[in-house]
This record gives sequence, structure tokens and C-alpha cells, in this order.
Amino acid sequence: MRYLLPLLLFLGLALMLALGLERDPRALPSALLDRPVPVFERPVLEDPGQQLGSAALRGQPWMLNVWASWCEPCRQELPALRQLSARDGVPLYGLNYKDRDDAARALLGAVGNPYRASAIDADGRVGLDFGVQGVPETFVIDARGRVRYRHQGPVTAEVWRDKLLPALKAAR
Amino acid sequence: MIPEIGLFALVLALLVAVVQAVLPLVGAHCGVAPWMRVARPAALLQCALCLLAFGVLAACFLRGDFSVLYVAANSHSTLPAIYRFTAVWGGHEGSMLLWQTLLSAWGAAVALLSGRLPRDYVARVLAVLGALSIGMLVFLLWLSNPFARLSPAAPEGRDLNPLLQDPGMVAHPPFLYMGYVGFSVAFAFGLAALLSGRLDAAWARWSRPWTLAAWSFLTLGILLGSAWAYGVLGWGGWWFWDPVENASLMPWLVGTALIHSLVVTDRRGAFRSWTVLLAIAAFSLSLLGTFLVRSGVLTSVHAFAVDPGRGLYILSMMIAVVGGSLLLFAWRAPQVGLGGRFAALSRETLLLLNNVLLGVAALAVLLGTLYPLALDLLRGEKISVGPPYFEAVFMPMLVPALVLMGVGPLARWKRAPVPELRRQLRGALLASGACALALLALTGGRLSGWTPLAGFGVVLAAWCIGSALSHAHDRLRTAGESGLGRRARRQPAGWWGMLAAHAGLGVFVLGATLATGFEHRQEAALAVGEAVVLDGVRFQFESLDPVAGPNHDSVRATFRAGAATLHPEKRVFRADGTALSQPAIDVGWRRDLFVVLADPVGDGRWHVRLHVKPFMAWIWAGVALMTIGGLLAMADRRLRMPRHERDPVSSHPAAPGRARSPGAAPTGVALPGGPALTREETA
Repeated sequence: MRYLLPLLLFLGLALMLALGLERDPRALPSALLDRPVPVFERPVLEDPGQQLGSAALRGQPWMLNVWASWCEPCRQELPALRQLSARDGVPLYGLNYKDRDDAARALLGAVGNPYRASAIDADGRVGLDFGVQGVPETFVIDARGRVRYRHQGPVTAEVWRDKLLPALKAAR
Repeated sequence: MIPEIGLFALVLALLVAVVQAVLPLVGAHCGVAPWMRVARPAALLQCALCLLAFGVLAACFLRGDFSVLYVAANSHSTLPAIYRFTAVWGGHEGSMLLWQTLLSAWGAAVALLSGRLPRDYVARVLAVLGALSIGMLVFLLWLSNPFARLSPAAPEGRDLNPLLQDPGMVAHPPFLYMGYVGFSVAFAFGLAALLSGRLDAAWARWSRPWTLAAWSFLTLGILLGSAWAYGVLGWGGWWFWDPVENASLMPWLVGTALIHSLVVTDRRGAFRSWTVLLAIAAFSLSLLGTFLVRSGVLTSVHAFAVDPGRGLYILSMMIAVVGGSLLLFAWRAPQVGLGGRFAALSRETLLLLNNVLLGVAALAVLLGTLYPLALDLLRGEKISVGPPYFEAVFMPMLVPALVLMGVGPLARWKRAPVPELRRQLRGALLASGACALALLALTGGRLSGWTPLAGFGVVLAAWCIGSALSHAHDRLRTAGESGLGRRARRQPAGWWGMLAAHAGLGVFVLGATLATGFEHRQEAALAVGEAVVLDGVRFQFESLDPVAGPNHDSVRATFRAGAATLHPEKRVFRADGTALSQPAIDVGWRRDLFVVLADPVGDGRWHVRLHVKPFMAWIWAGVALMTIGGLLAMADRRLRMPRHERDPVSSHPAAPGRARSPGAAPTGVALPGGPALTREETA
């Protein structure tokens, strides 16, 4: 029996590794999951006279994409975001994180704007409240203003189809 | 056309590997000599085909053939030629091809150098290696084809990761893989012994030089990787307990236990099943290392290739290889006798204790590496286990292991008489005391801020070095011949290797203690003309110049620090705009000066990081000494002599006839497993 011990130990390890393969090491759970979205009220990038806030968005499920013009993956995901959100009619809002307004506007002008509106978060305080670890990140928020899902890293068509859209549908 | 030649060579290699794995194994089982004879030519042919495939891929890189997907993804037309060659293993597919090529090369080396081993045994060893090749070749052809075409061809490549464009990366992966893959030979030797049912001391003798070779390569590979991290990543550290580093440390720890355990099995016939288990474990951990790095199960600072499909394959292969061999172990090992008996105080006991400590240390590293994964599975929490854990569990294992390391060589086999051991220990303690004083004289004047931990580290280092010196003195004094040089020459290479490796570990401990405990670092915003004084060294920022490299533009600073001139750079790579700080290091035997030019902070000032690291170079010197020790031990002539001649009181039956005299040992063969073993069974 004691000669079987190494084999049993190894099989336990292998099982753990097999289960581990199913996990996405980049899928970080949010501390905010199922908690109310942090309250914010910030000028809109596209029209700084206006304000965009968490209170105004209540009553419908929406998505918040944290982005910046200095972030290469964000620049790459913008066209996909524009296409996907337009196709599925998703209310997608942006949070322009620690960015320069002119650079952000120039980027949106060049590649097209996927957002209904983007809030300016130049000092990163709103991002801090959301627990942003690295841009881009995308949050799904339900009609009652609770965070239902968090995705870290660029949004691809697969992520959109398999993760974000189902989370948004479930949030209605 | 050329890439397809490489692909074709791999397909042929797979067919050859199937023949190599099946025919000799069946032949050895049923006693069909012609089938067994297939093993050697098959191993050589497989190696030739893999070398051809590797050469074709290298040619594609050197010619810049961007119609090959892998080349386009990892090269660039402006990449210097040397990095275009090393880019062959800069990504996943090429790394795996390197792995397979080295595996086939080890197999070919076994085929060439094991002429005197029993034919059925060699047939089984080569069959096991062939089976491993099948696994890797199927993986290459199915999921990691390095020759996949890109149509239409890319006009330009995406460039090699700038971090990998460093001299350290030229040599690190081949040596590390040589070590990883080299344990496959010890694994195959152990498995062949299990398969044949003759798990006696002979297989341990045969696999010792191979295991020492693999261990030396792995040691050197880890050294080069650590030096690369130190010189390129720019954090000023040299070991980060990163999963990828741990993946190389675990086989090293178990491999270290294995080379010691093999000595006991060879010399005394004891620990037989334990030794074969260690041989399986060392190679399994090498496979696990490959799995962890290549599957993306763990996020790591340098997991360059991540793909769950490939991870699933490597995991399946690992389950087949490790699970199968452990099953064989569970079946065969209970029939193995206990071998030579020994007293509670003997070299065997001390080596067993050290084995256990090394094994537990490897388990602790494994636990820390996989704990985040386990916690994620059980509770859905994401955590990372950092250096505090590893330092807290690893050091308590390392300290007793180092203390025992000084005692082990002094104790006699079988039974160590207490008075004799006491006398030798007294000598060792005296020598370490003198050594500690010498080290303090060497270092103490300049270093301030001693802590108990730093003092302890120095004492431990002194013990490692002092006990080795004292042992050398004892042995050379009593060797019984006139003339010190003559007596020194009479000592076997394995003994010198042991001394070098043990003293090297002491040098390493000293370097690690002082470089970590007495480091000075400072961040500063400096403009040209300003200076910072750190630990008595004045760093003068003299100038800042734009410099154009072959594939990058950089800003090069000039710092003068005492007699040294340092040129840290901030590089921007043209291919993808990646910015990289290239640190400048002035290596000295008493201290390293380390300068990083981080970022401009406005009005002509730059954010600069400065380190003074005392005795940093001793870390590398110690590990290099350990590597030399391993190579010396590998070259020991005794390992290539017939067993009964050297050790008439062995538990192993003396081999009949055809034995060579020690003086007639093969000339010019310094490679493992040389051909001087007697033919014990010829089927």
C-alpha cells in the first residue's frame, strides 16, 4: 500500500491541475460583485458641460468600460466594442481613466466612439472606487445599480458573446 | 519549400520514435535480440532527424522567412543575427522543438556511450526515451507546429520580445532544458530497471554520470536565468520565487537528493526503491515545470506562451508518463530487497536525512507554487504566494541541510564510530571558525548594520566552506603517500567534485546573505551634472546621449562611480514601440554597482534607481563552483569501471570475466556512462 502512495498523491495533483486548466487566471472576481456600484458624478468627455453619474443610469442594465488612450489593449478593443455594442444595442458607457482629455478625444475621433458617453476620471478616483487593477476593465451593472460581472483585459467577440452579454441579459 | 523539409523530418522522427519505443521493449521482454538491436540506430536516426528539423527552423529565422508563422511572430528584419538564432526558442513552438531535439540528443548519447551495458537494459532505456519522444513529437505536430505557414507571407515580423534580446537569453534556455530533459535519462534508467525487475545497485551505478550531467546543466541553466533576471529585468533582484523559477528549483532540489541517493544505492545497495522514486520525481517535476510554464494555469511574470489546449495535452502526457511510471513503481518496488544495512549513526543515515530535507523543501516550494491554484478552485479566491512564504518555509529546511552537508562526508559508511566523528567534527568546527574570521575580515570593515540573520548566514557559509576544507585536509594528510601533489592527484574526481560543490554552496550562501542583507538602494530624480552618494560611492551623472542600436533607439546615460563608468540605457524598440530600461552593472568581487535609468520626470531630470550590492558576484561564483563540482564528479573514472573491481564487498554479484583494469579505462571519453562496464547479461 505504501508503494501506491506516490501514485495517489500524483493523481490528486493531476486532478487539481486539470480543474485549474478550466479556470481563467485572468478572471478576477470583483470585491464589488453584487454590491452597489460606487457613486460617481463626472464631466462627460465628449461634452464637458454635461455630467455623467451612477444615479442617472439607474433603471436599466448597463456596461462600464474603463479605458485610456495610453493603453495599447484599450486602443485595440475600441473597434470591436463599437461594433458589438451597436449590433446588440447595449448601453455602453466609458470611464476615461487617468488620461489627458485631448488625447482621449483624438483617439475616439480617429477610431470611432463606442460609448454613449465617457466620464472623465483624470485623477483616477472613480477607478479607485471600482477597484480597477489595470485597464481595460469592463463591468456589467444591473438595473438596480449593482455590479454583476467584471472582466479584466480587452473585450473580444468571444468574451462579449460568452461572458458580458449573458451577464447583461441576466441583469435585466 | 524549406520549412516543409523540417516538418517532414519531424514526421519521420515520430515514425522512428514509434519503432524505437515498441520493438526494443517487446524484444527485451521476449528475448528477441534483433529487435533489441533496433534501439541504437533508431535513437541515432531520431536525433539526426530532430537536428535537421531544428536546423531548418534556425535557417528560416536566419533568412527571415516571414511566410512561416512562428518566424513572423518572433523575429524582425532588423533583429541582429545572434538574436535571430536565439529567437528559435523565443516562443512556444520553438521551445518545444528545442526540448524534443535535446531529448533525442540525450537518447543518442545513451546509444553511443552505453556499449558495455547489458543489451536488454539499453533496449529498455532507449524504448522509454523513445516513448517520451512520441509524446513530444505528437505535441509538436498536432498542437505546436513551428513550421506552420502564413499565407500570404507577412511583410515584416512582429519581433522577438525585447526582454529576450539579451546575451543571457542566448544560453539560458538551452542549458535549462538540457537539465530538465537530462533527468529523462535517469528516469529511463530507473524505469528500465523496474521493467526488468532487477532493481539492484547496478542501475544506480550506470545512471550516476548521466544524472550528474543533467544536474550540472540544470544548475548552470538556473544560474544563467537568474543572472538574466538580475541584468535585464532591472529590479535589482536575482530570485523572485516566481512560479517559473520555482518550476526549475523543484527538479533541482529533487535532483540534488537523487545524486546523493544514487551514491548510497551504488555503494551500499540501500535506498533502492527510494532512489528510483526520486528519479521518477525529478523528471516528473521537469514535466510539471513545462506544464506550468506552457499551460497558463498560473500567471507569472514571464509566462510567454499561454494556451489551455496545449496545457491539456501536456497534462495528459504528464498523467500518462508520471502515472504510468508510479504505477509500475507500485507494482515492482515491493519486490525489491532492502540492500546494505547500516547503523543509526552512519553516512547512510546522514544522507537519508538530507534527502528528506531536500524532498520536503521541494514539496514546500510545490505547495507554495500550487496553493494559489488550489485556493482558487476551493474558494474562488485569487491570491498570490510571495517571497515571505517561501523564505519562511524554505530557510528552516535549508539550514539543517547545510549543517548536515558538513557532517556527511566525514562520517563512515555503514557505521560511524563516535570518537572518530567527534575528532573530525572538532577539526571542521575549528576550520569553520577560522573561515568565519577570515570572511569577517574580508567583509566586516565595509559593512555596517549587522543583524543576527546576517551573522548567522556568514557562520553558515563559513561552516560549509570550513568543513569542506577540513575534510580535504584530513583526507590528504592520511592518504599514505609522500608528496601533497601526488596524494591530491590520487584522489578520485568525484571527491573533488563533492568538495567543490559543497564549498560552492557555502560561497553562494555568503553572497546571498551579504547581497541581500547589506544592499543599499536609492531612487533619485537627477539632472546631468548632479551626483548622489550611496554607501560611500559617489554616482556622478555625467551625460545623456541619444544612441541608435540595430533595432532600437535609446537614450544612453553616462555615470561615473569611482573608477567605474556605467551606461544605463532607456531603449525604445522600433518594431513595436516597447520601451525598456537596460540597467548598467559594474561587477566587482566586493560589490556590484547597479544603475537603472527609469523615466524622464520633466525639466531635464530623470528618475534614476541606484543600488550598491555587496558581494553579489559571489552568488554566481558559488553556483558556478557547484556546476564545476557536478562536472568533476561526472568525470570520475570509478563510475565507468566494472563494479566488482572497485568494490569487492558489494552486495551485487561480481561480474564475470572481460573486466578492464582501472589503468585501461577508456581514453578520451569524458562523457557519461562510458563504455567500461562489463557485459553482465547478454541476451
